[in-house]
Amino acid sequence: MSVHPENSNARAAAELRGDVFEVTLGGTWQIMDPRPNWPALLDGRKPARVRVQTGDVGKWDTSLLLFLFEIEQWCLTSGAYFDADALPAKMRTLLAQFVRAHQSSLPQDRSANFLASVGLATQQTVGQGQEIFRFVGELVLSAMALAKSPHKFRWRDCVAEMQQCGAMALPIVSLVAFLIGVTLAYTAAIVLRQFGGDIFIADLIGLAMVREVGAVMTAVVLSGRTGAAFAATLGNMKMNEEIDALETLGIPAVQFLVLPRMLALAVMMPLLTLYANALGILGGMLVAYGLLAISPTAYWVEMNTIVDLSDVLSGVIKAGAFGLIIGLAGCLRGLQAERSAAGVGRAATSAVVTAILLMVVADAVFAVLFNVLGI
Amino acid sequence: MTPNVMTDARADSPAIEVEHLRCAYGSDIVLNDVSFTIARGEIFFVIGGSGCGKSTLLRHMVGLNMPTHGSVRFSGQAFTHADLATRRAMLKTFGMLFQGGALWTSLTLRQNVALPLEEYTTLGRREIDEIAALKLAQVGLAGFEDYFPAEISGGMKKRAGLARALALDPEIVFFDEPSAGLDPVTSRKLDELILEIRHTFGTTIVVVSHELASIFQIADRVIMLDRGEKGIIAEGRPRELALHSRDPRVAEFLTRGDVVKPA
Repeated sequence: MSVHPENSNARAAAELRGDVFEVTLGGTWQIMDPRPNWPALLDGRKPARVRVQTGDVGKWDTSLLLFLFEIEQWCLTSGAYFDADALPAKMRTLLAQFVRAHQSSLPQDRSANFLASVGLATQQTVGQGQEIFRFVGELVLSAMALAKSPHKFRWRDCVAEMQQCGAMALPIVSLVAFLIGVTLAYTAAIVLRQFGGDIFIADLIGLAMVREVGAVMTAVVLSGRTGAAFAATLGNMKMNEEIDALETLGIPAVQFLVLPRMLALAVMMPLLTLYANALGILGGMLVAYGLLAISPTAYWVEMNTIVDLSDVLSGVIKAGAFGLIIGLAGCLRGLQAERSAAGVGRAATSAVVTAILLMVVADAVFAVLFNVLGI
Repeated sequence: MTPNVMTDARADSPAIEVEHLRCAYGSDIVLNDVSFTIARGEIFFVIGGSGCGKSTLLRHMVGLNMPTHGSVRFSGQAFTHADLATRRAMLKTFGMLFQGGALWTSLTLRQNVALPLEEYTTLGRREIDEIAALKLAQVGLAGFEDYFPAEISGGMKKRAGLARALALDPEIVFFDEPSAGLDPVTSRKLDELILEIRHTFGTTIVVVSHELASIFQIADRVIMLDRGEKGIIAEGRPRELALHSRDPRVAEFLTRGDVVKPA
């Protein structure tokens, strides 16, 4: 019997002589072309010995080795004797390598059962929590050391970061805050108009912006814009061994890279929040004037009856805390980044997620705290 | 040279003593029970095939990673388990050249070299700038002071990294694969620079490399690491090891495994 795949020169002819299954290979064997099918050649027969030899084999490559390997593996499982003595020495050597590679390449079992997965996830979460606390501790110690010798602080870097995360963020913060003010006003107008309480739109927008929305929206924008940038920058520096270079000089990365960034954010966040508050109130004022015919003066006077300095301060205090959280998450994830391009990408994503998560938790804590303090 | 912080150390003690060091990443042990000493002013190579733990050993020696067992002493003074302040003081006496130079990309070459001087000296701006220019000139980068790392070639980055490593006139300089990615001529010039540093300042040099030309040209002594053994398999002068080592792995490495081809 002979097997000759369509459009291919690779041939295999077989003949059963007693117990011996004689296989003769011929033609050109190329990996890109189809090769003869061993089960088809065998045709259900179960010989005790398979003897392979080459006939008019021309050019050949791994395709022929694959075929020989298939025969060898069949012989192994069916208990037949594989006789390759008639094959050229070069072919026998390569086949032996093929078999050895197959034996040594054990597939790695990466699966885990449910309990193991839960355990590992818990361990990872606890580990991450510990890392955050350790990082905060290191930050406090470095800040205390710098307070003793402020000339060592990288003021130039801090100012550059302030420009990056403050002044350069003004356009996006303006747009977001203004549109949030407009959206809030439209939403409030629907309800308030029904009860004839149009003027109270000023109270609602003013209070919401200065106490909550201004700080939260600015923090969300900055965590996406600045927190991710911190993580990517530090991750990239880690990948290029720049952080190792600092450590070998005895300069702590936290002191050199993290503190200037965190201070920059902690200073700029309250300022940006005040700016966002103003823009949001302006947006609400414009909608109130256009939709409800409330004059800007009436709007302003009404707003001042409900919004006082303590409201503004509560927003500003929260903004400062959010700034520290965004800086902490960005820098921590950057320093933890794996030394690869994908690792830097993951660090940036993780920085944003961590910052927003911690920010929401902190916001809730502030809400309870301000309530208790009566602010 | 910078004042020696290791005042309580014996002057005649070796520059570096590595004792029973075990280096591991998690549960994966890379090197186990590695011990050797390096004399002052010696050019010492750590050699071995890819993945045998050369760079890992270096990272553990300079404290970038903590060994799971064993210790490293510099001039007789314990480093590995010393308190943070002592370690920082000792780190000032090291210089390290990383594989890719590891220059701080946001700073110019001058600022890169100046940074250690700003951190550890009370020198004025003008003096620091002049020292930075001198160090850059010593490595052949005069005129490139105000270039950023992204604007220069790989070889120049390495030389700038060396200038930074030499900024505080260290007693020991560590080189991690200094020839990697360099053409043979630049690589030879870097070797000459290493010899010059040792000759001028008596600096102890530790080099991680598998560049045979450099090993035979400048190394006083080498240790060879092996991945399978997870440790040192040979120690000595490179020529003697190449000629007389009975370990086929050592002979094969130092002769590039060259075999005479049949005619």
